[in-house]
Amino acid sequence: MKYFKLLLSFVLTIGIFFVLNTKLGSIPPLGKFLNPTSGIWQNETDETITGEIAIPGLKDKVTVHYDAQMIPHVFAQNEHDLYKAQGYLTAKHRLWQLEFQTHAAAGRLSEIFGETALDYDRTERRRGMGYGADQAMAYMQQHDKETLAFIQDYADGVNAYINQLSPKEYPVEYKLLDYTPEAWTPKKTALLLMYMTKMLAGRDSDLEYTNVLRQIGEKDFNLLFPDFFDSTDPVIPKETDWSFIDVPQTELPASKRAVLDTITETITKPHPDNGSNNWAVSGAKSATGNPILANDPHLGLNLPAIWFVMQLSTPNHNAFGATIPGALGVISGFNQHIAWGETNATRDVIDWYKVEFNEDRTKYMYDDQWKDVTVRVEDIKIKGKATYKDSVLYTHHGPVVYEKNFKSDNERSGYAMRWIGHDGGNNQKTFIQLNKAKNYNDYVSAIQYWNAPAQNFVFASTQGDIALWIQGKFANKWEGQGKFLMDGSNPENDWQSYIPQPYNAHTKNPERGFVSSANQHPVDENYPYYVFNDGYETYRNRVINDYFNSKETFSVEDFKTLHNNNYNLKASELVPYMLEQMDASSLSESEKAIYNEIKTWKFNNDINEVGPSIWRQWYGKLKDTLWDEFDIKDTAMVSPFTYQTIYLLKNHGNHKFMDIIATKDKTETAKDLFLIAFKEAAKRLTEIKTEKGDYKWANYKATYAGHLLQALPAFSRFNIPIGGDRNIVNATSENHGPSWRMIVEMTSPPTAIGIYPGGQSGNPGSQYYDDFIDDWAAGKYHNLNFLQSNKATEAIIGTQTLTPASHE
Amino acid sequence: MSKNIINFIATIILASIFSLVLPWWSVMTAALATALFIPLKKSAVFFVPFLAILVFWAVYSFMLSSANNFTLAKKISELLPLGGNPYILMLVTGVIGGLAAGITAIFGKELSAIRNS
Repeated sequence: MKYFKLLLSFVLTIGIFFVLNTKLGSIPPLGKFLNPTSGIWQNETDETITGEIAIPGLKDKVTVHYDAQMIPHVFAQNEHDLYKAQGYLTAKHRLWQLEFQTHAAAGRLSEIFGETALDYDRTERRRGMGYGADQAMAYMQQHDKETLAFIQDYADGVNAYINQLSPKEYPVEYKLLDYTPEAWTPKKTALLLMYMTKMLAGRDSDLEYTNVLRQIGEKDFNLLFPDFFDSTDPVIPKETDWSFIDVPQTELPASKRAVLDTITETITKPHPDNGSNNWAVSGAKSATGNPILANDPHLGLNLPAIWFVMQLSTPNHNAFGATIPGALGVISGFNQHIAWGETNATRDVIDWYKVEFNEDRTKYMYDDQWKDVTVRVEDIKIKGKATYKDSVLYTHHGPVVYEKNFKSDNERSGYAMRWIGHDGGNNQKTFIQLNKAKNYNDYVSAIQYWNAPAQNFVFASTQGDIALWIQGKFANKWEGQGKFLMDGSNPENDWQSYIPQPYNAHTKNPERGFVSSANQHPVDENYPYYVFNDGYETYRNRVINDYFNSKETFSVEDFKTLHNNNYNLKASELVPYMLEQMDASSLSESEKAIYNEIKTWKFNNDINEVGPSIWRQWYGKLKDTLWDEFDIKDTAMVSPFTYQTIYLLKNHGNHKFMDIIATKDKTETAKDLFLIAFKEAAKRLTEIKTEKGDYKWANYKATYAGHLLQALPAFSRFNIPIGGDRNIVNATSENHGPSWRMIVEMTSPPTAIGIYPGGQSGNPGSQYYDDFIDDWAAGKYHNLNFLQSNKATEAIIGTQTLTPASHE
Repeated sequence: MSKNIINFIATIILASIFSLVLPWWSVMTAALATALFIPLKKSAVFFVPFLAILVFWAVYSFMLSSANNFTLAKKISELLPLGGNPYILMLVTGVIGGLAAGITAIFGKELSAIRNS
């Protein structure tokens, strides 16, 4: 009996230990997680911003002043120390995010989440994320050891932080998911840059277009998907003279033909709204005589936020602005001489090739010969399971993403991806140089290293210059190249050459006195190279340019107004037409009420309006009804862009596409669709009213900043009261929008304001985790305290010194 | 002082010392040690270390959390989900530690019974 009791109590003891020490499903290991000595209670704290910390490898002392926004102002004596400090401080405030983002980039989420993430991981591996990072590392090893050394410094800084961390200090997400941080490596910086490339230039519709072309033929394709819309307001002003370009566009090959396969499924793509605004006015157009520059990148609204604001200085340079955890230097910001910012240059930098394999898939056909396939084995570790090995076949085009083992059932063929992101550029050098640039020439020389993702780099200097370069490495394509799936065995379909970098579209001090970009057409038809519409913005750009053409001079206040502009140009171009055309006689009482509501709407997407919600519903239903032809089972399709949809509705109202296929006995026109869509929208709006009380824009949209772990509610912020929407200058939709708003006036030194929807701390237990959100939503900005020397000003609330640790 | 009170205090002191070097199960080792060296009787075997660790963990977590306006506690309490109430989270924290300690103490008691026989 005694022994039985002993055994029983022993089993119970082991049992409770096991239960409390193990992650069960989504429940964290409760003993580990909740104990106050090393669990989450240890994260219930603000950050330490005083004292001295010894860091191995530092050459000199580094002073870090913190202001009330928890922005670190870093004063290092040399660049190596500076990037060590940046690595250290980024890890200190954002360790979990820093590592998680590169895990996501590398396709390593199965290590954390188990098998549910396997499809995601395989997609990222097949997209060649790790391969691209390897290429970037190899490039730097061969051509730019200096940049690589800085990246190593950053890694040393991150690791200095990780190494002095005890388990009880691990960020709360590690405790929740029950894993531990690993050492940071230079390759992770390369992976992070690949992540940015994917996010911003990883979207293409070539395979969907191939299906569309097969379904509707070339004539209708060109009507629905034109290279240029009926009117354009491009990034580079129309009147730009291109006569200096003396390298012609690649000639059209004789054999050009799309491969009209049926593609059933394509890999997940980045968010379609990833884009941005930037603009600058010259001194002559500025109310104070100083150029003014603004930037607001539109990205997913996440917590911890994508941006981490820092001042990074050495005795030779002094930069300030938004950094991205994992990348060195300031990405969007300013120094004592210049200011810069980026928007995405929507260019087609991904093409697809069909490749035919030999019997055992060791060779593929190219130029009438068999060429060797190389295999990259991707080992995907899975939590609690054996490692999954995915063999990805590589051709000279790039990785064969789709083949019989992944989203395709062709035994002997596959689709290979040609992506500029795989070419191993030196993107990091661009930022390191921009941070130190003193004038226009320095800026031009800094951006030439930038390959991908192609960006519109806006520029302003205290010397009075403004400029904008559309920078990336672009294939010099033949007319129409890469729009559809191409035959990978025909050398004529390969990218033949690149547009020489100096011929990339750009403008310096244009006559109109301002430069701007909002992801629209880069150029008009006069630019001598083939440029293909791969998802151009057509609304924000016009609102911005109209604004700058509307009066003589502009102030910082005007810039703020424009950032927060909620004008819905898109709705204003269709709603009046629909109201005029639609036969409203059959509307019921309640439908009529909604009809009257939208009739009085002035097209502002302000939080208390109902118009934006009605428009969303109405246009959404309209689009779905109109493009019913594009809803085909097991076929990856994409419907035309909004601009062209509205153009067709207004100019081709009787086109055969207006007809609803399901109604066999009736041929609908645009007019009919307006009414059908309106009635459906009204029905849904009435339901929303019952569910939520009203459909005012703020409630309808319910903007939120979601924690990186699938918007885990406890760590996210919901119902943020902010107007705007996609295609509006204030581009805030549900979970996407201006992720960093910055305005810099080029006084000497520059004066800047900025804000982002988040906070400097990555710790949900810190008051600095999400403290910017309310001001951001209200359209407010914070002064960026640009310290001119290592001396703390009254804005500084704490100073920490990083000191060289003695070598053991 | 009764043995119960001595055990109670000793468990808390040992647990706080062990927690400096051991992970969360330091409370189990503390309860094991006190069960072996300060043996109790009947239900006290379980309840005294249970209450000791409950008090230790709940009070300690309250101290950490109140210094930071319960910012994280509210969020974790929403996450688990305990309705966003930080005090319930503290109680749950205490009960979890207490359970681990109490059960281990029963094992310790049985172990000492074998040793003494």
